Parts: sequence; structure tokens; C-alpha cells
Amino acid sequence: MPKKKEILRGAEIFCRALKDEGVKHLFGYPGGAVLHIYDALYKQDDVEHILVRHEQGATHAADGYARATGKPGVVLVTSGPGATNAVTGIATAHMDSIPLVVFTGQVPRKMIGNDAFQEVDSIGITRPCVKHNFLVKDVKTLATTIKKAFYVATSGRPGPVVVDIPKDVTADSCEYEYPKSIDMRSYSPVIKGHPGQIKRASKLILSAKKPMIYSGGGVILGEASRELTKFARTLNFPITNTLMGLGAYPATDKQFVGMLGMHGTYEANMAMHNCDVLIAIGARFDDRVTGDLEKFCPYAKIIHIDVDPSSIAKNVPVDIPIVGDVKHVLKDLNEILKNTKDKLQENKKDLDSWWKQINEWAKIDCLKYDRTSSVIKPQFVVEKLWELTKGDAYVTSDVGQHQMWAAQFYKFDKPRRWINSGGLGTMGFGLPAAMGVKLAFPNETVACITGEASLVMCIQELSTCLQYGTPVKIINLNNRYMGMVRQWQEFFYSGRYSHSYMEALPDFVKIAESYGHVGMRIEKSGDVESVLKEALSMKDKTVIMDFITDQTENVYPMIASGKGHHEMHLSSERELA
Amino acid sequence: MRHIISLLLENEAGALSRVSGLFSARAFNIESLSVAPTEDPTISRLTLVTTGSDAIVEQITKQLNKLVDVIKVVDLNEYEHVEKELLLAKLIAGKKEDHNTIKRIVDTFNGRIIDVTKNLYTIEITDTCEKIDAFITALDDHLIVEIVRSGVSAISLGDKAIQS
Repeated sequence: MPKKKEILRGAEIFCRALKDEGVKHLFGYPGGAVLHIYDALYKQDDVEHILVRHEQGATHAADGYARATGKPGVVLVTSGPGATNAVTGIATAHMDSIPLVVFTGQVPRKMIGNDAFQEVDSIGITRPCVKHNFLVKDVKTLATTIKKAFYVATSGRPGPVVVDIPKDVTADSCEYEYPKSIDMRSYSPVIKGHPGQIKRASKLILSAKKPMIYSGGGVILGEASRELTKFARTLNFPITNTLMGLGAYPATDKQFVGMLGMHGTYEANMAMHNCDVLIAIGARFDDRVTGDLEKFCPYAKIIHIDVDPSSIAKNVPVDIPIVGDVKHVLKDLNEILKNTKDKLQENKKDLDSWWKQINEWAKIDCLKYDRTSSVIKPQFVVEKLWELTKGDAYVTSDVGQHQMWAAQFYKFDKPRRWINSGGLGTMGFGLPAAMGVKLAFPNETVACITGEASLVMCIQELSTCLQYGTPVKIINLNNRYMGMVRQWQEFFYSGRYSHSYMEALPDFVKIAESYGHVGMRIEKSGDVESVLKEALSMKDKTVIMDFITDQTENVYPMIASGKGHHEMHLSSERELA
Repeated sequence: MRHIISLLLENEAGALSRVSGLFSARAFNIESLSVAPTEDPTISRLTLVTTGSDAIVEQITKQLNKLVDVIKVVDLNEYEHVEKELLLAKLIAGKKEDHNTIKRIVDTFNGRIIDVTKNLYTIEITDTCEKIDAFITALDDHLIVEIVRSGVSAISLGDKAIQS
């Protein structure tokens, strides 16, 4: 006789489904529409609820958690303002293809559309910035919808999924059964790449005289770092990573030529411009990467591997498109390349002279800065952090100059260590994201490289850090300006620093202390290392290190908008011929 | 170039707005759009007419395919197909000469007069979008009181068929 199924209330189904999905942490904030769910959460201890201080913090924390672990981040917020506050975090995850499942409370079904208290059309508001969203109209579909949400969020090209649950649905009851798997006729992501295309690609790869590998966040999302490393090493090809792809290939490896794009290295961008075969893997030809499309890779035949067909040939026409999971496609390519040693030997001469050229470009030392300065150079702080953490910390960032310096000077050798809002560019991301990472990896060092303008955007999460014991190390590169805005105003607006100066800043040491943490102010270059060491040794303390840095330092090198990869600007003192 | 794209999508609240939202969010053109359930009540069929370069139409079909509610996308330009649009109109027919003109033009376009009052004729024409444009041009503006067009419906010819 089949086992009789349990009858559960919607709110209980919610908790059970999360448990059955293997969810350990739920980032949330209660409110009227989700009170039944919060009552059910109170009566269970399978899922730990993390009470944030603002719903934006919940989505960023879940996002950081997802980026670091590869598992979906899960969020619960109430209707109306709870949902709208979560939108920035949802859009952030959407732009970077991060799997999130965000549950929003909704007013009871019979009140939907009546402008009820705390009612907002969450489905309508989030539609353009989610992979998919669901409104649960019947408790009988709740468990299946939750299963679908996790499936859609984590498969194919991942992304955030919103599930909107009216309050009365959480009060209704039905039999509970969590589906083991789900089949959707309208959704079936491609896994394997087309064998014919892969073969064509391998031929083009073996014909290259000046090859270049350009890999992005898709390699990290697709857990394909090992396959990518094998691919690059077999071929001895130069490789660059996008901002989102850092760590997918070890940055300290000799084949790695640095990040590419607007603030990428000279050698990476010149190699892009001059290559004859470009192999794009899990990257989407973002405008910050390509520069002017008219001038993009003018001599190259392009192979593009991506799980999302709509990423292929969106911005740049492609010669050999391969739709498929990057891990599978790279495995297949590696299998073919195993038996091509002779051909590789034949190409060695061409490849050697290509490498010679790249190494010439690298000699320009485009990331040079004044290491002897007594005023703290922000690059110096990042470099010291990298040394002291042996390149093995989880590093989150906010958005702006500090983000670029972190990307340039912290050499990530492993995937999922570098956590930043690359696509949407969301200030306020760093601190809550760091908190999410620390929850996932309590024994690892988690640093948040930020600036004073970004840090204050979600600073309320310092409370959450204390409550849940997530000791993160906050490196505040404080130049009293919105640095990147200031830099653009210096370059393109004749130094008219319109509203980019941060007046009336708080005392960050006192802020740290008032939230129950440790604060330190560092004003001399000579103190940077000792303070970092001290802060890193305080394993159980959240520390804000307020580094008073050079106000006028700019991020170099730079490709101005409308320019190509070969038209980099090195610095105010150094111009290229 | 003008393309007719057929979609099968889940007949669910919000599915249509995902499609229309995609067009506005990505600044794609949309000339007409018509949607109704199919023989399977859980599936709607949507026909849309758009214009754009090959690259843009490729993006349109890819982005439509990416929508989770979309079951199937077919660019009918890739197949031999037939397209039809329904026009309903109220025309002034108070004077004898207007009455005759309308009758003549409606006959020319294989249309039908479906309702007659002392002052107005209600007529219908089913044809291609182009023919319907031509019909409207052929009428004097002063005759037209009200016009409604259904948007294009289209289906492939021969043995090929869209299946979910």
C-alpha cells in the first residue's frame, strides 16, 4: 500500500521543500505577507534563516554565497517594499548569471490588483531582470513550483528566479510531495556541443599562428576551470580572463596575460587586437571588454563556446559558434587535441614568435605604480593583501576604482574566489556578499575590498555580521571621492568634479566600533602591512580598515570609450607612440 | 526585412507580457502581434511581424527561444507560407455614389458587406497585410469611420508543421 502523504500548510510546504532541496541558509526579512512562513520557520531547524537589515543585503548576501559555492542563493522577503528593495540584488545576479531563488510574499489572492496594503506587482517589476518568475496561485502547485524554480535557476545559463506567494496560499493545506525531478516542455538547455562544430573548431585552432583564448564567467559558472587549464596548457596558447572570469585560469601562470578590456593589461589587449584565431569561452563580448566593435579583433577568425545561444553573435559576428555547456565542449576539444601532438609541433615556430611579441608588450609593465610613495597607494594595499593571504582569500568588491585595482593586483589562482558585480556594477554589493561567502566558508579568509562611497550603501549589514558571527575583513580604500566618477570627470569633463566629492563622511573606526566590530585607520604606507597582518590575525572579528589613500590616483591602463584594444592609454606620464 | 515569426507558448498569465516586454526592453520592432489558444488549451499560438536586419532577427528568435514560457519559435520566412489578416471597417455609405464606390472596392478586394444601416456599412476583408493596406489606400479618407485589423496570422504550406 502506498504511504499516505502528509497534509501540510503552504508555509510548512515552503520549509519542507527548502529542506528537501538541500538549502542550508535562507537570507530574509519578515513582513506581513510572509508571517505564516516565518511562523513555520520558527518551528523547524533544518534551514538557518539569516536576518539581514535591508532586503538588498539579502539578495547580495545570497548572491555572494552562490558565487562562492556554486549552489543557489535563497532569499525570502515580504510583499511591496520587501520585493522592491530586493530588485537591485536580483538585477545584479541576473546580469552576472548567478543562480538565486527569491521568494516574495504577496497579498492574498482575492486582494491582488486592489492596491492593497504593501501590494506591488512583483512579477511585473522583476520580469525584465529574472531568468523566470512564478506566481503561485494554488497551494497544490507550491512544491512543484519551488522545484521548477531551483531547476531553472541552476541549469543552462543560470540566473535568478522569483517565486511570488500570496499570503493565503501559505495558509491553505494540501498533500505534500516534493518532485524528484522536473520536466518542462518549454525549457531544455543544451548540454553537449555539436560534434561537427567542435571538429571544425579544432581544425581552426590547429591552424592558428597567433591564437588567443578569451574566457569569461561562464567557465566559472560551468565548473570548467580544470578543462580550460588543460586546454590552454596543451596548446601553450596565451589566455586572458574577463573581469567575471578571473580565477578560472591561474593568474600566476606564465600563459596568463592578465585581464582584458577597458582596464585590462596592455599585453592582453594587444594580443586580442593582433590575434588570428580568437577562442571565446563562456564570455559574452561585453562592451567593457570589446571596446569599439568596429575595431574589435580585426584579423581574427572567432570561435565562440557558450551555453546560451543568444550570447553568440549578439555583439560580434562569429565564424564557428558552439552552443553547449563549456565543460562538455572543452572536454570534447581536449579529447581531439590529445592526438594532435605532431601538428602542435609543426606550429611551434609560429607560436614561439607570437609569444615573443606578447612578451615584448608585457615589458611595458602597464600596471606600474609608485611603490615608494609615502601616501598610501590603493594598488599597494591590494598587492599586500594578496601577499599576506597567499592569493587564497575570497575577495568581494564593490564598484569603481577599487574594484579594478582588486582585479588587477589580486592574482586569483582559483575559481570562485573573486566575487564582484561585473555586469550591473552595483555599489553596495561587497559587504553583504562577503557576509554570504563567510557563512558558506566560515574557516576561510574573506576580504571585502571597497571604497568609502560603496561601503556606506549597505553598511547596515555590519549588524548582520555581528549577529551571525561572520568576521569579514573590510578594506576601505578611502580617497574621499567616488573615485571612478572623479577619474572620468578629470579625463572627460575638464576636471569639473561635479558631486563626486564625499563630504561629511562618517568616522569609519567609530562606525565599526558602534556595530561591535574593530576599526582601524591607516594613513601611512609604512603601516599598511602591519595593520593588514593584525586584522587578518583577528580570526573572529569583523574589521574595517580605513586606508586613507592617494586622492588623485587613477586606474591605468585604460581604453577610452570609442577606442579599440590597440589604443590604450597607459598613464598621464606615459603615452604610447 | 519583414519577418513573420510564429511562437507556441504556455497559455499562462504573464506569458504574453514576457514576449512584449522582451521587444520593448531590447528595442526590437514589432509591427503586429496576434495571439489565441490552440487546439491544446494549455498552449497559445502567437504570430508576430517584425522588421530588422538578419542579425537582429537572429537575436529576436534566440531571445524568444530563451523565454522559459516559449515552447517553439519558427521564422516563417524560412518556409513557404501563407499569411492572412482580417480587416473590419465601418464606412460611410449615406450617399448613393459612396454606396456604389464602397460596393465596387469591397468586391474588388473579395470582401463582404456584413451589416448595413441607413448611413453605415460594416465590411470585412481577409487578405495579406499588403492587400489590406492597398484597400485602405483605395478608400477615400472621408468614407472611413472606424477600422480594426487583426494582425497577421500565418502558417507554413506543404507537409511541414509546427509541433510542440
